[in-house]
Amino acid sequence: MAETTHTEISPDTTLEGEVTAIGDLDGKARIGAPSGTGERPAAIDGFTEEGESLPGGDDGTGQLGFKKHSHGNAPVVPEASRGERRRSFDLADFPTLTGLEEDWRFTPLKRLRGLHTDALSGTAPGIEVGGAGNVTVETVGRGDARLGSAATPEDRVSAAAWNAFTEATVITIPKETVADGEVMVKVTGSTSEAAAQHILIHAEAFSKAVVVLDHSGSVTLAQNVEIIVGDGAQLTVVSVQEWDDDAVHVSSQQAKVGRDARYKHVVVSLGGDLVRLTPSSIFTATGAEVEMYGLYFADAGQHLEQRLLVDHAVPNCKSRVTYKGALQGVDAHTVWVGDVLIRKAAEGTDTYETNRNLILTDGARSDSVPNLEIETGLIEGAGHASATGRFDDEHLFYLMARGIPEKAARRLVVRGFLTEVIQQIKVPALEERLSESVERELAAGNL
Amino acid sequence: MTTLAIKDLYVSIDTEQGNVPILKGVTLTINTGETHAIMGPNGSGKSTLASTIAGHPRYKVDSGSITLDGEDVLSMSVDERARAGLFLAMQYPVEVPGVTMTNFLRTAKTALDGEAPSLRHWTKDVKTAMAQLRIDADFAQRNVNEGFSGGEKKRVEILQLELFRPKFAILDETDSGLDVDALKVVSEGVNREHSKGEMGTLLITHYTRILRYIKPDFVHVFVAGRIAEEGGPELADRLEEEGYDRFTAQSAVEA
Ligand SMILES: Nc1ncnc2c1ncn2[C@@H]1O[C@H](COP(=O)(O)OP(=O)(O)OP(=O)(O)O)[C@@H](O)[C@H]1O
Ligand SMILES: [Mg+2]
Repeated sequence: MAETTHTEISPDTTLEGEVTAIGDLDGKARIGAPSGTGERPAAIDGFTEEGESLPGGDDGTGQLGFKKHSHGNAPVVPEASRGERRRSFDLADFPTLTGLEEDWRFTPLKRLRGLHTDALSGTAPGIEVGGAGNVTVETVGRGDARLGSAATPEDRVSAAAWNAFTEATVITIPKETVADGEVMVKVTGSTSEAAAQHILIHAEAFSKAVVVLDHSGSVTLAQNVEIIVGDGAQLTVVSVQEWDDDAVHVSSQQAKVGRDARYKHVVVSLGGDLVRLTPSSIFTATGAEVEMYGLYFADAGQHLEQRLLVDHAVPNCKSRVTYKGALQGVDAHTVWVGDVLIRKAAEGTDTYETNRNLILTDGARSDSVPNLEIETGLIEGAGHASATGRFDDEHLFYLMARGIPEKAARRLVVRGFLTEVIQQIKVPALEERLSESVERELAAGNL
Repeated sequence: MTTLAIKDLYVSIDTEQGNVPILKGVTLTINTGETHAIMGPNGSGKSTLASTIAGHPRYKVDSGSITLDGEDVLSMSVDERARAGLFLAMQYPVEVPGVTMTNFLRTAKTALDGEAPSLRHWTKDVKTAMAQLRIDADFAQRNVNEGFSGGEKKRVEILQLELFRPKFAILDETDSGLDVDALKVVSEGVNREHSKGEMGTLLITHYTRILRYIKPDFVHVFVAGRIAEEGGPELADRLEEEGYDRFTAQSAVEA
């Protein structure tokens, strides 16, 4: 798939492309459908590609089985600029959700189990931090001055969580320290009462670490993870969601990225009824680089949503976003929204974001919305691509006609598709575990 | 010698308008070492025959049989047929998302042979075969057929033919959409494999052009779902001059 990066752009450009792909149930639009002429379509793309040029519009591709629509068919509350979204610690600053808000319009509020309405007074899931001995782990009260220094809630659930947590976990990688081994943060839920949780990860200047947030069990959880990547620090944060089937998890994971820092954020969402992550990277000084990866695999009935923000507020920073999702089963739903903001001051920015989805069965739905907002023309490059393809009977036939058994054929496709992201974790044991989890997902789909 | 025998085959498909019969009694026997050309007008059922042999689920066999040295092919799944030695070079090869050519070729070879090919030889074989078919080396890292031109897709089908070494190759209009140079390259590939004497070839084509490069032993004219006439290579020459009109007119009268 060809991707495009463009340098010649004009200021004040907003690019949006929204793609909704629905695995059709009636089989009408399927490849190889009767055409009456005996000629099947000569070229059948595995993917529908959405790539955009700057400045540019939308290149609608009305291909087989794909639906595409633009903003405006639901009365969505418009937002002038992503940079102007309300940020506040005060819950009262966020009106009660209706589902029509731009940032909640894909989320089935009914399935939030009260996270957006109730007091989050349940018991927070247990946290156990293991791994690197030279990393400091503290449990602190609400009053700790460090809390809230990296992140300010950007939505109602996040603000509710901020106001409800009783104690927080603070993980500090001391200055110039290389963590010896991965920091494994096991978050284990055992109740489904609505609860709040707060975690602060601080990689001090010139430190280096990999922190894994490993979520499992049963929860109804509103979570804030704030992350500080100090000057010259190198931090990887991996957030793995392998919740039980009934879990509801809404997590804001905001990072402030310092001068010349390297920050990598990896999301892996596999288990849970509804998982909604809002990871963001905010550049606070020049010379930093951010990579944000995501992998999600939605089964029947699962809602997996990720909304990203990369905020280029300062000059000469670089960001790369790559999210990949697979879907199988009726009412599997994934949402990816990638907001990239290049502010007026952010000259020399270099950014590219990609989202790819692979629909494996009928009845699944994937929404993909890349948004690029550009306020300066003096940048290195900015681009985005979004593509959704389906794996259908014709793909399967092709692989099987080469001797590959059905199950192996599906594994081949999904593995090939998702490995790119798994490989980014660089924690071999975890990579292996997640590859196995993906295989299990496949097997569970009765494929 | 192995024999692929098709006997009195009736095939239909289910459409929105109901069940439509397409093949109406096809009988054909191919032995390894032989090349059979099937020629016929658009819509006569050539691809239906090819896809039915390969086991495409859309086609329903109403009666008749397909056997490979007496083994019932129709009771085999698609992958079993491939492992039994049947290969279909498709008229419209699909793009498979997420799978690189390298990974695909190795996985298929492993499935076909029941064991992984020796890595060193395999890499070399792939490289050589790609070079012979003038396929750029960087195609190995691209996803299967993704963004390949029509001609490139056809070459990649023949690449697989050469690497997988089937007992029977069914080439469904491999020649269509190829320019003269590509046609030569692709034909050479088929001839290379055929000359080893262990493969039977069923060459489906609309035009006689490819028969200048791949010499058939037998020619079958396919019209309205059955074989209307059979003969040696000279039949192709006649078709070249007269076209299919004679047959289509005749089948219209019969119908
Ligand atoms: N999926 C399908 N749905 C409806 N009709 C079909 C389908 N596939 C084939 N047919 C019909 O069956 C008949 C035979 O088609 P087939 O593709 O086998 O012909 P062909 O000889 O390969 O033609 P061509 O030279 O165009 O490739 C045609 O009338 C065609 O319209
Ligand atoms: Mg055909």
